[in-house]
Amino acid sequence: MGKATVIPFGPQHPVLPEPLHLDLVVEDEKVIEAIPQIGFIHRGLEKLVETRDYNQFIYVAERICGICAFGHSMGYAETVERLMGVEIPKRAEYLRVIWHELSRIHSHILWMGLAADAFGFESLFMHCWRLRERVLDVFEATTGGRVIFSVVKVGGVVRDMDATQLENMKSTLEGIKDEYRQICNAFLKDSSVKNRTVGVGYISEQDAVNLSMVGPFARASNVNNDVRCLGNGGYGDLSDFKPILDAQGDCYARVKVRALEVLQSIDIIEEMISKIPAGDIEVAVKGSPAAGAEAANVVEQPRGECYYYARGNGTKYLERMRMRTPTSQNLAGMTTALAGCDLADVNMIVLTIDPCISCTER
Amino acid sequence: MSYATKSPWVIHYDGSSCNGCDIEVLAALCPGYDVERFGIINTGNPKHADIFLVTGSVNEQNIKVVQEIYNQMVEPKVVIACGICACSAGIFHDCYNVIGGVDQAIPVDVYAPGCAVRPEAIIDAVVQGLGILDEKAKALEANKKGA
Repeated sequence: MGKATVIPFGPQHPVLPEPLHLDLVVEDEKVIEAIPQIGFIHRGLEKLVETRDYNQFIYVAERICGICAFGHSMGYAETVERLMGVEIPKRAEYLRVIWHELSRIHSHILWMGLAADAFGFESLFMHCWRLRERVLDVFEATTGGRVIFSVVKVGGVVRDMDATQLENMKSTLEGIKDEYRQICNAFLKDSSVKNRTVGVGYISEQDAVNLSMVGPFARASNVNNDVRCLGNGGYGDLSDFKPILDAQGDCYARVKVRALEVLQSIDIIEEMISKIPAGDIEVAVKGSPAAGAEAANVVEQPRGECYYYARGNGTKYLERMRMRTPTSQNLAGMTTALAGCDLADVNMIVLTIDPCISCTER
Repeated sequence: MSYATKSPWVIHYDGSSCNGCDIEVLAALCPGYDVERFGIINTGNPKHADIFLVTGSVNEQNIKVVQEIYNQMVEPKVVIACGICACSAGIFHDCYNVIGGVDQAIPVDVYAPGCAVRPEAIIDAVVQGLGILDEKAKALEANKKGA
């Protein structure tokens, strides 16, 4: 055994588009401890509820994170609707689910690309991002934006989708499916990919529970924590929803869970499109949240369960808005998975939690 | 500028962006917009880079990182502020942990606004940056001859 050396990883690192700093304590080639340091992106946006009213804050909430932007605006809007006892039309709920699942598809494909980049499979990275562009085209056609959509409002959604748009969305997703399956084959069957992922960064089911991990990271360790099962909003009308679980608990399992979730999301969107009722897309929201009223909400973001809490104070400004985002839950799991791994596997393990640092620090 | 004298390599750093602009920077490099076909490569090494793409505003914690990357880059170099947060801190301008746009930390040559900045805007800014890069290279050359 050699002497312990500390290797700094990040904040500017080619594998991560985002700044995360890790102090890797290394003995020979083995990482014995990883100490994360965050705070490079902290903006303090929860405090902005004091200066933006509850309708304006939705644009701030959306910009917590540019990848799960839609999920955050939806989670925030649902929380405020609960706070004020607003019931939104069914069509708006369905539209929200459609867009939310679409952002899960785009987020997971994006992540698969970054993961391919992390294990050095450059062409696979490019293929994933090529496919993702087509999902973004659907977003652009239906909302007008590529990453920030501003399409949710308290009391419903801003834009409706007509039958042609829904039909186009369906056919685009059908068209993506075949190419996506080919990419999945590369991820799940290619031996060079397997060499980098199988058995790497193992987390046991017990550890996943103890570290309160969330999202696909935990589901790859056989912990069912998919809050879509609760059936909030449009999810309650799904005929059959089974979260995708895997018991292996390594990087390969995490790739697999996400890969299959994309196909599941396509199925959810297709079901929603076939069931979507006609009607209004918004209700007028008047007044302000009562003083002392509290509401909480959970949303299954692409990265896992995100918890929202809001308290009113009788004015149109909220007293407190708090989010607990998936990546901040998963950091403990990440450092556990990193302990004992090879130095060369660090970027793979860091990526398999799908870190979203701007969510974490807000 | 009629033609580019070189294919610039870019380095990207996420100040305190929400990821929206970061993924658009990457999207500009990937198929769809595909500026890599012009030899524009995203590098992780500041010493290899000609163009510094910064997304997001600066804060107490990351201002040193931004300056460090800028200082490590070799002249001539161009800084592009991608997205409204990098230009002026945008929607987060009155957050307690935000100092302001990237120009508070390092000199910025081109501003590419937008929330999130569209890949077309980034490509436009890079093309504009290429002209500035050429001018800076010429000025350096002239200084060398003068000395």
